[in-house]
Amino acid sequence: MLEVKKVSVGYNSTEVLRDIDFKVSSKDFLGIIGPNGSGKTTLLRVISKVLRPWSGEVIFQGKNISQIANPEIARQMAVVGQGRQDPIFPLSVKEFVLLGRTPYLRRFQLMESERDLKIVQEVMGLTDTLGLEERCIEDLSGGERQRVVIAQALAQEPQFLLLDEPTAHLDIGHQIEVLDLIKRLNEGENLTVLMVSHDLNLAADYCNRLILLKQGRIFQEGSPREILTYQNIEEVYETLVVVKENPISSNPHVFLVPGRKKMR
Amino acid sequence: MVERKLKRWITLIVLLSVILAAISLLALILGPARIPLAEILHPGQAARAILFKVRLPRIVLGFVVGAALGVAGVIFQGMFRNPLVEPYTLGVSGGAALGVSLSVILQVDRVLPLSGFLGALGAIWLVYFIARQRGYLRISMLLLTGVMISFISSALILLLMSLVHREQLHGILFWIMGTMGETNLGFIRLASVFILTGIVISFFFARDLNALSLGEEEAFHLGLNTERTKRILFALGSLVAGAAVSVSGMIGFVGLLIPHFVRMTVGTDHRILLPCSGLAGGVFLIGADTLARTIISPLELPVGVVTGIIGGSVFIYLLTRRSLKFGR
Repeated sequence: MLEVKKVSVGYNSTEVLRDIDFKVSSKDFLGIIGPNGSGKTTLLRVISKVLRPWSGEVIFQGKNISQIANPEIARQMAVVGQGRQDPIFPLSVKEFVLLGRTPYLRRFQLMESERDLKIVQEVMGLTDTLGLEERCIEDLSGGERQRVVIAQALAQEPQFLLLDEPTAHLDIGHQIEVLDLIKRLNEGENLTVLMVSHDLNLAADYCNRLILLKQGRIFQEGSPREILTYQNIEEVYETLVVVKENPISSNPHVFLVPGRKKMR
Repeated sequence: MVERKLKRWITLIVLLSVILAAISLLALILGPARIPLAEILHPGQAARAILFKVRLPRIVLGFVVGAALGVAGVIFQGMFRNPLVEPYTLGVSGGAALGVSLSVILQVDRVLPLSGFLGALGAIWLVYFIARQRGYLRISMLLLTGVMISFISSALILLLMSLVHREQLHGILFWIMGTMGETNLGFIRLASVFILTGIVISFFFARDLNALSLGEEEAFHLGLNTERTKRILFALGSLVAGAAVSVSGMIGFVGLLIPHFVRMTVGTDHRILLPCSGLAGGVFLIGADTLARTIISPLELPVGVVTGIIGGSVFIYLLTRRSLKFGR
């Protein structure tokens, strides 16, 4: 699906990522974890062609991503960004989701087709947002909003979904709801998922593979059990933790130890 | 559902066109010499001269200038994601005013619209040149540069005004206040073709504006070639506004308020917002100009004064009446 080959990239003259090298196979649910400033969001931006790598290349579906036209990418890859900004003028949920069909519309085509509307109905059903249709985006709660944003991404009919902290600002109920939805899509609809997350425990429960970033480099890559060890976390996050098994999912669970933060 | 939406849109456009026809007819009738409807249908020689040489060109001019400002306002507010941006924010009018002032002083004032347009082009180029860095056009940079270029132009105009004779001062002032008094049919024709072409092209970018209103990176992820789109939209909006300013002077508020008025009634989808704002801008300016030239007839008010007072007050009234959301 996606191959990141020896990519280095940054902003202005500061390098943020160095020699990043990994693969995402079809149907993966890959998590990217790491401390603030370790380059997670930058990695997402370089994969989605927003940033051009300084060196190395990003290969998507066998082609260098810089050679694929934007609409073509948008038909196969959807990004749910961290951006919490509202559309500047009031927009209904339905109109918002319908914008996900943008990559399929031709320049001289005035209206969406029946097929576009059918797909919008479907993805709104999948994300349980049909009841919100006429509501205004900015009036939604955090959980509803995130589901609507995901619905828009799904309207692009992607095979590959990139998520940047999809559960930030959500309460635990909504965190589980959003991630269960993504897991369902991953398993049922063959959607390949790459998720940036700050929540190690959710990443452990939902991802089948994790990449741990440290200061712009891949520190380690592997299964949640391999990555989420107290040694790794102490070294990368410089924070004392205890790792136990989650009694229900039997995935590793990270416990914080208050009052014992090592200062640099 | 698509058909229902399309039907609603067509109804809106037909409705606005009817209003446009009605207000144009009214503008033909009213004036220092009132020409009744019966005479408009069978005009005598004197009436014919007034109708075709004076009033009709003025109506056409009012329509294209109003439409240009309305559409440019929608383009800029959409692409900058900012409800306070108007066609003049980006230095277009400042550049045009500077060009006009210069040509008044150099006494080549028979080609005022031309020098205005050259001034506008100069400002557009300068703003674009400064805001473009390493191949990227940064939206915030574009906005700030535009505002600064406007300030610098106003300062230069004030400098020029403090140096010139009284009659020349009057010429500059009159232009700055905005007027539909341009009588050179050649300029009117040229500006009309130019503006209408620009407006029609902008319709094909309606969906890009819809996507851009979500944010630049969001639009990119929806498959937009954002760099190219921004450049095209900036050029379209600026050129159309520049052409309008150079034939009519600075007519304020139309480009700021019309997009908001129209958005309140037709919604935020640029596919309908753009054509409706064009029509509504035209209707509003023809109406305002008719009022400006009849209210203290035979004297004439600067139309910019009328648009400012009427537009501003009606807008405040609507704001207090309806709970509106203007982003935050």
